[in-house]
Amino acid sequence: MNSSQRSSSGASLSPRSPSSSQPFLSVSVSDPVKLGNGVQAYISYRVITKTNFPEYQGPEKIVIRRYSDFVWLRDRLFEKYKGIFIPPIPEKSAVEKFRFSAEFIEMRRQALDVFVNRIASHHELRQSEDLRTFLQAEEETMERLRSHETGIFKKPSDLMQIFKDVQSKVSDVVLGKEKPVEESDAEYEKLKRYIFELENHLAEAQKHAYRLVKRHRELGQSLSDFGKAVKLLGASEGNALGKAFSELGMKSEILSVKLQKEAQELLMSFEEPLKDYVRAVQSIKATIAERANAFRRQCELAETMKLKEINLDKLMLIRSDKVAEAEREYHELKAESEQATKTFETIVKLMNEEIGRFQEQKTLDMGIAFHEFAKGQARLANGIADAWRSLLPKLEACSSSQ
Amino acid sequence: MMDSENHTTEEHLHPHPLSSSNDELENLNLHENNEHDSLLSTKSYSNYRSVMSTLSDSHNHPLSSPSFVSSADSDPLLSPPQHYREFTNPNSSDTSSYIDPPSYADAIFTSFDGETSSNGVDTPTRSSSDGIFFSRSSSSSEFLKITVSNPVKEQENSNSIVPGSSSYVTYLITTRTNIPEFGGSEFGVRRRFKDIVTLSDRLSEAYRGFFIPPRPDKSIVESQVMQKQEFVEQRRVALEKYLRRLADHPVIRKSDEFRVFLQVQGKLPLPTTTDVASRVLDGAAKLPKQLMGESLIAPSEVVQPAKGGRDLLRLFKELKQSMSNDWGGSKPLVVEEDKEFLAKKERVHELEQQINSASQQAESLVKAQQDMGETMGELGLAFIKLTKFENEEAVLDSQRVRAADMKGVATAAVKASRLFRELNSQTVKHLDTLHEYLGLMLAVHSAFTDRTSALLTVQTLLSELSSLQSRAEKLEAASSKIFGGDKTRSRKLEELQETIRATEDAKNVAIREYERIKENNRSELERLDRERQADFLNMLKGFVVNQVGYAEKIANVWTKVVEDTSGYAKEST
Repeated sequence: MNSSQRSSSGASLSPRSPSSSQPFLSVSVSDPVKLGNGVQAYISYRVITKTNFPEYQGPEKIVIRRYSDFVWLRDRLFEKYKGIFIPPIPEKSAVEKFRFSAEFIEMRRQALDVFVNRIASHHELRQSEDLRTFLQAEEETMERLRSHETGIFKKPSDLMQIFKDVQSKVSDVVLGKEKPVEESDAEYEKLKRYIFELENHLAEAQKHAYRLVKRHRELGQSLSDFGKAVKLLGASEGNALGKAFSELGMKSEILSVKLQKEAQELLMSFEEPLKDYVRAVQSIKATIAERANAFRRQCELAETMKLKEINLDKLMLIRSDKVAEAEREYHELKAESEQATKTFETIVKLMNEEIGRFQEQKTLDMGIAFHEFAKGQARLANGIADAWRSLLPKLEACSSSQ
Repeated sequence: MMDSENHTTEEHLHPHPLSSSNDELENLNLHENNEHDSLLSTKSYSNYRSVMSTLSDSHNHPLSSPSFVSSADSDPLLSPPQHYREFTNPNSSDTSSYIDPPSYADAIFTSFDGETSSNGVDTPTRSSSDGIFFSRSSSSSEFLKITVSNPVKEQENSNSIVPGSSSYVTYLITTRTNIPEFGGSEFGVRRRFKDIVTLSDRLSEAYRGFFIPPRPDKSIVESQVMQKQEFVEQRRVALEKYLRRLADHPVIRKSDEFRVFLQVQGKLPLPTTTDVASRVLDGAAKLPKQLMGESLIAPSEVVQPAKGGRDLLRLFKELKQSMSNDWGGSKPLVVEEDKEFLAKKERVHELEQQINSASQQAESLVKAQQDMGETMGELGLAFIKLTKFENEEAVLDSQRVRAADMKGVATAAVKASRLFRELNSQTVKHLDTLHEYLGLMLAVHSAFTDRTSALLTVQTLLSELSSLQSRAEKLEAASSKIFGGDKTRSRKLEELQETIRATEDAKNVAIREYERIKENNRSELERLDRERQADFLNMLKGFVVNQVGYAEKIANVWTKVVEDTSGYAKEST
């Protein structure tokens, strides 16, 4: 059941409450409020949960969360649910944060809303205890949890940084190994290549989408300037022609406004989904790294176990008194090894399911984005045609009076 | 041939970021058409004057094949294409050229419009900027059609043995006309740029007070630049424009100078511009006679503005006069009293400023449209690559579906990009009117200057006359006191009176000239107002119609995608 719930406005929203008595978990992120001053400033969001899950404290709960809380949630899920593609969160963006423009805030809110909803719709992730904490805990508890978050690989992005190219030698150096131990699954290799190449393609598309937004703004600006200049020219001319010029100038300015509006729409409904797509792919790369890790660990343990077994046999042969200890160690190792294998196999199984889900989800997400993009462009073009067309009768009148 | 050479020059000079991916694009099956290679190879339109010239030598702009036209073209504004291309009847008072919105059929024409194919041979399609000139032609059925083509490098004959002998370029200037004074209907001559300068100088001398279109600039760079094809081509275009503007001027088109330039084979039989130095040497002997009223100098020469060596003395006198006009206590004898003229001058000045600012904004509008088209195209290309990638790597159906959706968007983006580009090249042509008028403002200034200097001449002569007369009076008074007269004195008096008479004649001529120039100014201002109204109106119509047409087309392109992806429409909004 993969419904992608997107709330489309930043105003106070409530998640949908289905009338059926099926288990449901519905979340919304809304009402961004700027708190604090200067460098310390941050945005807080209202997170409203509606659910009938027994583990939850009640049918509805409202908490206040900030960006770093979402980051915490993501990190926890990444740690616990290896193999699952954890939904991505919007980038930290140190620069924009300081400006906190209305558009930035709205885009972030939207992205965070999508993030939480994807988790709430994922059949496994929605069961997470950390999710429950996130959705219900008091602010002080969250603050404590947030600041306690430690660990070498706190952020999946750090992990990704190190394992940027799974096949690169850098990772080997970090792990202190000369030659990486890799899976020899051909299909999986194909998938890895696909993911890495996909990221490049998407990044390029997203880059152009962002530029397109800028172009809309620039065209809007130049239409506005043009309109003003033409209006002045009209004032100079006087008479019917002068009026025609003035009207043209006015239409120009109207269209400038339309363009600015469309630029924002484009940013939110097209460029952002593309960026989201890129993030999702990066998240998969992180999972790929995790899988590589798990595989390596499994191999290491299997190796070590073999050595220990050989050693044990040796000791048993010479009837050493170290046999008992060695046996114990061997059994411990065997348990660890089995655990590692199980972990790895779980990741493999999950990934296979996730890939299918991911592709379907993305087809849906992009379908919506394309639809909105085309709608916006059509709307804009029609608006432009209408505005200019309305001038034609006046221009006609001018020429007949010549 | 110029064409293919232009190709490489242009592509070399204006590398397009997408050109490397154009091959890819070619192989892709955007089902409508396969002509992508040069589709997306644009030239950078950093300023649209250069656009104008690159447009005129743009190579085959692979427009859509007719199948591209959306069949449901229920555009109410569409009407059969007309006259743009009507050369045989350039005077159709049909100024509706710009009302016709670009259908695809038109669009194909219009973008070919920009190409006066680079050898200058006139294609039946003419750029709309010329449309202005044609629709505005005189009410009679006269026409005068000029083409500049076939640039050829030639050597200075005398220097053939000397290494690095100077070479120059000549252009073939062909004229078609039915004006009787030309005594011929079609003829051609070869001229070099120097000849244009000569023509321009002679016209500005002979037609003072008229708004004479300014000629193309001389190039200050060395001869290496002259070799470059792009420069030669730019110059050819500029020359053609200039000559066509001259042909459009109701008075100048009939002038001897112009006719001689267009018709007389071989060396141009107009006096060339001489430089100051040679004139000084030349005319040193004649120096004292200017403005001294000696009858050896025809009064009509007096009325030419002072310039160059032999007029040094006159220049000095006129400078003295203008200084006393400005700062002297004495009021000048003739003053620019025509308040109406002064008011008009003020208006013209204000108009010029507005046109200037509008033309600048027009340039940045064009740039912004250009950028939009480019980025849209790049976006489309990126999605095409993605589509290809997904299709090749597809393991799941969801990927194939997504690839199909993406292809729709990519195709639309590429189409929209193409449309933006066409829109823009049309916009450039329309808004170019603003640029044209800026150029014309130079001519207006020049005409006003003619008037001012003619007035100055009159004033100088008047004060000269008055000082001569007072000298004569004094002389008379002195000699009358001596009984019997003084031979030297009376001789001097006679000479003086001779001078006075000559100066009187010169003054009269100068006054007539001044009046003539005033009248020219007036009639030209009227013509300017009339024509400017018509031209600007056409410009606005053309611009607006163009915008409407292309906006509709672009809307159609995207509406199709909206329909195709309607399955994804959000249930909740």
